[in-house]
Amino acid sequence: MAKFHSIFDIIGPVMIGPSSSHTAGAVRIGLASRAIFGETPENVQITFFGSFAHTYKGHGTDLALIGGLLGLSTANPDIRYAYDLAKETGMKVKIVTSQEKMKHPNTAEVRMTKGSRTVSVTGISTGGGSIDLVEIDGFNVHVHNDNPVILIFHMDRPGVIASVTRVIGQHRLNISQMEVSRKTKGKLALMLIATDGEIPDATLEEIAAVKHIVQIIDLSEIRREPNGTKALMAKGAAQ
Amino acid sequence: MRRVTTFAQIIRTCEEENWKLADYFLYQEMDWRQREGEDSSPEAILEKMEINLQVMESAAKEGIGGVQSYSGLTGYDATRLNAYRSEKAPLGKSIYLDAIVNAIAINEVNASMGLICATPTAGSCGVVPGILLAAREHLKLTRRQQLDFLITSGGCGLMIGNLASISGAEGGCQAEIGSASGMAAAALAEAAGGTPQASTNALAIALKGLLGLVCDPVASLVEVPCIKRNATGVVNAIASAEMALAGMQSRIPTDEVISAMHSVGQLMPSALRETALGGLALTPTARRYTRELKQTGKITWKERKGPLPSI
Ligand code: SF4
Repeated sequence: MAKFHSIFDIIGPVMIGPSSSHTAGAVRIGLASRAIFGETPENVQITFFGSFAHTYKGHGTDLALIGGLLGLSTANPDIRYAYDLAKETGMKVKIVTSQEKMKHPNTAEVRMTKGSRTVSVTGISTGGGSIDLVEIDGFNVHVHNDNPVILIFHMDRPGVIASVTRVIGQHRLNISQMEVSRKTKGKLALMLIATDGEIPDATLEEIAAVKHIVQIIDLSEIRREPNGTKALMAKGAAQ
Repeated sequence: MRRVTTFAQIIRTCEEENWKLADYFLYQEMDWRQREGEDSSPEAILEKMEINLQVMESAAKEGIGGVQSYSGLTGYDATRLNAYRSEKAPLGKSIYLDAIVNAIAINEVNASMGLICATPTAGSCGVVPGILLAAREHLKLTRRQQLDFLITSGGCGLMIGNLASISGAEGGCQAEIGSASGMAAAALAEAAGGTPQASTNALAIALKGLLGLVCDPVASLVEVPCIKRNATGVVNAIASAEMALAGMQSRIPTDEVISAMHSVGQLMPSALRETALGGLALTPTARRYTRELKQTGKITWKERKGPLPSI
């Protein structure tokens, strides 16, 4: 099977150096965290694990992650000035490193706070600019940015999951991966749905109308962003 | 259009249809985009390539202006080279020197967290544009010919990527700088008027020249030896194009050279494939840099004291 199909898989993508896993991957973890939080946080604590903990400084992984949290794309040269931009925006950043063993060497945890609200996201840069999210607000998840993914926070009540999948099915969208996790029975639960094609806004609205749905987060953006992301993921560019 | 998998077939098709490699790869791209349901007009493809070309141009300019890497280990070498080119250049001004200045500039921009276009990767992003930006002056290429240069490079890279590898972690640096050099050699030969046969000969000669090159990045940074290796890729590509244009032929057919490259990559120990566990990455000085980076987040490279070597 051919790995590459388009000449733009080879000439491209346009990206911020120096390496796709330290820059593009980290930007995407930041962007995903921002999308999940829904706004620019006031305080952020970033914890780097494994090889990220050792190498983040020289590789600019901190800049990339902060850039993502500020909504900068993987092709935005302002990533170099992420600390200054964070200061201007009023986002306080604290970086810590941890010696704790993680499954993957390039792991980062982002803890975002605004007012009394705190959300944490843990992501992995798996290479070539690709990321996995493994934890969202205490829920263990497996999000890969290959397919369009939506996150649905909902109350853990019978029938909710069936109603959501029914809406998606009615719109002739194929679910490629689905995951449901909850921390306490009957309380808040997280449903993660990956689809083959992107879910149109109208469908999202219909899902939002289902009873017991608390919040929907569309992570498709991060997959698309900025251009030629697919190529970036297939390539495994330097580092 | 039927998708073919060997250069032998591509050359045959080009000869039958009287196409250049750039024509072939453009039609192949249109075909692929049509199947994917994307805009498959030549205009859409050229427009997209134009954006990449503009990123290359601005990166070269930025690098010549002078940038330092984020780690502090490298920087300002493109500025140095550029001054050398305009002031001294005792070996003469040439397309080689022009291309090296651009290649180093663009790769320094990559190390400084600037905006680049991966060709085929970030570590090797200086080779193809380095030559293109020099060749367009020397060969007076039109904008369309410059885009064709990138299309031919991209098409050749596709073949290499699918039949061997374009990732240092998989195939060592031969897969990154080596591939970039082969891609640029083929495109340069074509831009200078070479036939598809000559271009693929240039590709084969260039790949053979860098066969077995290992990936051994110091402190895991995409800086040493990567930046200067972009210049290696450049000279190797230009020399290969010259040989092919002179009518020299690779004794081993291009398709076989690519599969040899694939098997060399597979035989290469993982210590020499981007893990920074061998080669230059394990030298005492590299270990010192690695320690310093870990402790302070920066590397201070001290230039040797005294006046610069004069001529
Ligand atoms: S040494 Fe490794 S990281 Fe550097 S350019 Fe070559 S393949 Fe890429």
